[in-house]
Amino acid sequence: MSTEKQEREPLFSAKNRKLLTSPINLNNPITVQVLGICSALAVTAKIKPAFVMALSVIVVTAFSNLIISLLRNGIPPRIRIIVQLVVIAALVIVVDQLLKAFVYDVSKQLSVFVGLIITNCIIMGRLEAFAMGNKPWPSFLDGIGNGLGYGMILLMVGFTRELFGSGTIWGFHVIPESFYELGYRNNGFMILPPMALILVGIIIWIQRSRNPELVEEN
Amino acid sequence: MYSNAYIFRYAGIMVILVAAILSSAAMFLKPYQERNDAVDKMQSILAAAGIEDVTSANAIELFNEYVTDMIVINEKGEVVDDYTAANKENSKAFKINLKEQLFNKANNKPYELALYIIQKDGQKINIVPLRGVGLWGPIWGNIALKDDFKTVVGVTFGHKSETPGLGAEIAQKPFQSEFPGKTIFDESGKFVSIGVVKGGIKNLPADLQSHKVDAISGGTITSSGVSEMLQNVLESYVPYIQKRG
Repeated sequence: MSTEKQEREPLFSAKNRKLLTSPINLNNPITVQVLGICSALAVTAKIKPAFVMALSVIVVTAFSNLIISLLRNGIPPRIRIIVQLVVIAALVIVVDQLLKAFVYDVSKQLSVFVGLIITNCIIMGRLEAFAMGNKPWPSFLDGIGNGLGYGMILLMVGFTRELFGSGTIWGFHVIPESFYELGYRNNGFMILPPMALILVGIIIWIQRSRNPELVEEN
Repeated sequence: MYSNAYIFRYAGIMVILVAAILSSAAMFLKPYQERNDAVDKMQSILAAAGIEDVTSANAIELFNEYVTDMIVINEKGEVVDDYTAANKENSKAFKINLKEQLFNKANNKPYELALYIIQKDGQKINIVPLRGVGLWGPIWGNIALKDDFKTVVGVTFGHKSETPGLGAEIAQKPFQSEFPGKTIFDESGKFVSIGVVKGGIKNLPADLQSHKVDAISGGTITSSGVSEMLQNVLESYVPYIQKRG
């Protein structure tokens, strides 16, 4: 079904490239679609878990989009949400089991995040909004793009929170001891979840002031 | 457009297919995962005793080299089993399910606990495996005590699902490095365990400082979980410690 179209359209046509890039800014899943906020609060106290979470979400959105897009013509609309959930959950469990068996250290590092991916509304949002109505290859790209857009915001928030909350980046101390001797203190508020919400709010503000087309009328 | 029969068939086939995929994946991967768990347990035990450069590749070898005795004790403090042969992972002590044993303890039933003895630089170190509850799920670890069972040599903690950056910090060096040198018995020989405090141990009276560590900011419930875990598990070893004098 998708082959005849792909013959006419190159793999990375302008339209397909746009699928990858638009979620990074103008259609960002967190700041514009406002999805996946809960996990953005939970994993951004440090940059490392934020990075790992971003990577895992990219993989899962891409492949669940691909699978649902392949199945899309047979899925009965009345149970489509259940089918989507089963695909996501199965994918996440298999990934978790494989990590535990072959890269135990990474799996320990990820611990709870792998399971948390199931609850990420970006994935279901993309399945419902895109993969159900588009061909596999564009769906796959859309999944990667949205994962990247999500990951970018996560890293920005994680970077700020870790720098000001713990004085470290990726676990390494970057704020010199002399600052502390002068009376500088880590901001304890930064490591608490509400600060992530405030930072996301600030990012949305900056993004909208730079892209006036995102600002709603009235 | 789709009949009810089609929907039921679709759902039925999908569920059976996914169940088959998942259970065969679990079955196929189980031996690898169990191996990883055992290796991880050994790494954690060795790390608690302060043995450095333990990787997943050399953990089994180092474990057999350093560990001399794998002891099982019961609730009366009697030694039930003392395994000294090679291949320590086959010992009874290594296979004890601490969760079940602590459940028995909570229900006033007989229980058996493991104790690992390590010889390092001519010193005898006792390792006690730990298990308790954090905020979201189980926490566990190992505490290494000097030969007199009084002073802490080192600790390692692990957790299933504590909050990253907050409770999950119990598994990191800064928190664990507070423990070495603390004591679990006071001057008069009474068991006091090690507790966590908010607001800094430096504000405590001097005689309490050696039994307390700083809690993690924002990780209060996990920190208290560590406290309770130490109290609950270590007190079970008190009869054994007193018996050996």
